[in-house]
Amino acid sequence: MSLTAKDKAAVTALWAKVSGKADEIGHDALNRMLAVYPQTKTYFSHWKDLSPGSAPVKKHGKTVMGGVAEAVSKIDDLTSGLLNLSELHAFQLRVDPANFKILSHNILVVLAILFPTEFTPEAHVAMDKFLSALSLALAEKYR
Amino acid sequence: MVEWTEFERATIQDVFSKMNSDVVGPQALARCLIVYPWTQRYFGNFGNLYNAAAIMGNPMVAAHGKTVLGGLDRAVKNMDDIKGTYAELSVLHSEKLHVDPDNFRLLADCLTIVVAAQMGAGFTPAVQAAFQKFIAVVVSALGRQYH
Repeated sequence: MSLTAKDKAAVTALWAKVSGKADEIGHDALNRMLAVYPQTKTYFSHWKDLSPGSAPVKKHGKTVMGGVAEAVSKIDDLTSGLLNLSELHAFQLRVDPANFKILSHNILVVLAILFPTEFTPEAHVAMDKFLSALSLALAEKYR
Repeated sequence: MVEWTEFERATIQDVFSKMNSDVVGPQALARCLIVYPWTQRYFGNFGNLYNAAAIMGNPMVAAHGKTVLGGLDRAVKNMDDIKGTYAELSVLHSEKLHVDPDNFRLLADCLTIVVAAQMGAGFTPAVQAAFQKFIAVVVSALGRQYH
């Protein structure tokens, strides 16, 4: 299910509208991930505070969305574009790739809440495909 | 048996009482058919599903969306025995409709997103957790009679 030209255009267009709130999106998506899928908290035992609004969650939301922004800019070749991030996740972070799907879902939920008009079904399918492709590229170096 | 906290019970009743089911059902089903186009395999007699606009405007999709949400209401009213409440529906989806149970998860995700868009900030992480737990129980009950 690779990204068509139409998908890439839709993702780029949507990103242009939402990127101003990237930090907020990342923060809210992480909050939701930790609340709705408590097993994801296992990756953050080194943070003292995992409650919504805590400093480490906020900061990490920013970091994650920075990665998403980078992926948008490299949408024509995600695999090579995200090589460094893939190595980071594969060898250091070792996040089970199943969790990429979980975070992706929560990003979509936040987009629906913050941008109900812009997050049309067409934007939704393009974004879902993009986040899936991103997740695949991120898992590239795992084995 | 599923254990529900007071917060979860109250949240589910609240979310569904406020929900405009005539809008949410059709929108969720339409999104499912658009975002996961392979789900269209079950709707061969629904006419024009050729593109997003056609799906959104299709009256059979809208009608069926309302039917599905009506089914969900049964679970809302019987939270302490969703498994029993859905036994017949599960047999129907397995024996007669031959729906791959994975599709229930796909529709559930679309429903979550549509409800989130409707409720806005009111769909807090805690509300989302309760809602997704409820939906997961429904999905599990629907898949239970498959063999």
